Amino acid sequence: MKLNSLKLTYFKNYDALEANFSSGINCLVGKNGMGKTNLLDALHYLSMTRSALNTVDGQNIQHGESFFAINSVFEVADQELRINCYFEQGKKKVLKVNGKEVDKLSDHIGRLPSVLITPDDTEIIKEGSEVRRKFFDSVIAQHDRSYLEALIQMQRLLKQRNSFLKQNDGKLNINRQLLDVYDEGLLPLFQQIAKRRQAFIEEFTPYFIKNYAQIFEGKETPSIRYRSDVVSEDFELQFKEVFQKDILLQRTTKGAHRDDYVFALNDRAVKKFGSQGQQKSFVIALKLAEYDYLKTLKGLSPLLLLDDIFDKLDDERIHRLVSLLTDEERFSQIFITDARKERSEAFFEGKANVQFYEIHDGQLK
Amino acid sequence: MEYPSKLVEQAVEEISRLPGIGKKTALRLALHLLKQPESQTAALSESLKDLREQIKYCQTCHIIADTEDCTCQTPSRDTTVICVVEDTPDVLAIRNTGQYNGLFHVLGGRISPMDGIGPDQVKIDSLIARVKQSGSEVKEVILALSSTMEGDTTAFYITKMLKETGVKVSTIARGIPVGGELEYTDELTLGRSIATRTLFSAD
Repeated sequence: MKLNSLKLTYFKNYDALEANFSSGINCLVGKNGMGKTNLLDALHYLSMTRSALNTVDGQNIQHGESFFAINSVFEVADQELRINCYFEQGKKKVLKVNGKEVDKLSDHIGRLPSVLITPDDTEIIKEGSEVRRKFFDSVIAQHDRSYLEALIQMQRLLKQRNSFLKQNDGKLNINRQLLDVYDEGLLPLFQQIAKRRQAFIEEFTPYFIKNYAQIFEGKETPSIRYRSDVVSEDFELQFKEVFQKDILLQRTTKGAHRDDYVFALNDRAVKKFGSQGQQKSFVIALKLAEYDYLKTLKGLSPLLLLDDIFDKLDDERIHRLVSLLTDEERFSQIFITDARKERSEAFFEGKANVQFYEIHDGQLK
Repeated sequence: MEYPSKLVEQAVEEISRLPGIGKKTALRLALHLLKQPESQTAALSESLKDLREQIKYCQTCHIIADTEDCTCQTPSRDTTVICVVEDTPDVLAIRNTGQYNGLFHVLGGRISPMDGIGPDQVKIDSLIARVKQSGSEVKEVILALSSTMEGDTTAFYITKMLKETGVKVSTIARGIPVGGELEYTDELTLGRSIATRTLFSAD
């Protein structure tokens, strides 16, 4: 899959941009605040129907204008695909594929798979379990609709159960029958979701280990462990046993919504013991594994969007990353931003298929 | 929006609280009333006042009625089945099918703690009492509730509560609408109607 041309109108800091891109590596260089990341975000928008940075669409319109438009021509399996997205303040967002409007935006997600790596991604390691669940859930849900439906239903049931517990105000003589109704709905969903997550981590780990080894040679063994109460054999019993605790705390204390993924290097938690560079390498490996996983499942190469990826990495790791990224068999088209032009130029010197674009105040040179 | 008078503004505020009516429609309605004879507005406010003050809910089935014992006392009705619905419009819809001649029970909502509606806020206890008090006259309870998570929760809960009475509990069938094309039916509905398919009788 590759993007041939892109036109932006009043999208963020872009007035009117028209650009053609080639396969291979497209390196966007320019100073801070010139719009490098915004260009990547426009591509993310075409893939996921929303911005990765600001989900309020009105704020993605250039200040003082009333709409934005993103027009693009992709090439997918030798077919030309025109994707146009248009948003006017106060109106519904319109996405057209080859001139035909998409009814449900969620149906479009997955048509143009993409993987975006940004400096904020280390949140996956540093923040609470919710961020990790969200990351892995979105990878699974991109190709498994029944998983997505189970997730939505679980969240709704939990919301109702928790509201009921809150209204009960900690009293022990709660209406057990109603609680049972929610539990009977939740238990099979917990099982279904936990099973899928467990199976997913097993499929995903080999991709991940391979990628980590390519960035950081041999010395460390990385691992991802799925941690969930739900997978233990007596979970149902455990769940029933804590119901008094649930009543007192007025929330559901056990279930798949409390799952976590533990990241480790040589069995030591990356969150606590990993250096910034190690954490960054870990996250890049996670995202590249997501790329490989989606590519295998979808049968087409996702867009790879790399925002300021060289930051905080030492020269050796950047070298390894560069030689990994220039593997044309694996990646058909990559977009990279870098605020330091000379750095990227030096590392990509002598590599074929690398194009440089200089961005200055919403203009491309 | 700016209004020429405080009185108009007040009226618009009140009217726009009604479901499906925005500020613009409310203004149009208010100005319309001003153009009509005064007696018409008086009749409208009078009838609304009467509606609130004099309306009764049937003590047995909770249908909106003029008296406290409604048509559920009519002898021509089949008193062995009770159809459980969420609200009065559902009663009218089922009556209009002409396929049902039994009794009704209006819950007045569905269990959704998120919206502040627990089992005590809907008329479930009175349904259980009604089945128990009938002796064994009531043979079947039909659940005609929305096909949403909250509707399902309510249905499961009622079923649990009715278990000890031994009454038969059924639910209305879900599937493809009459005259509907198969290919346009959504996957969930279609999946469900395959799973709960019925025998085809060719007599």
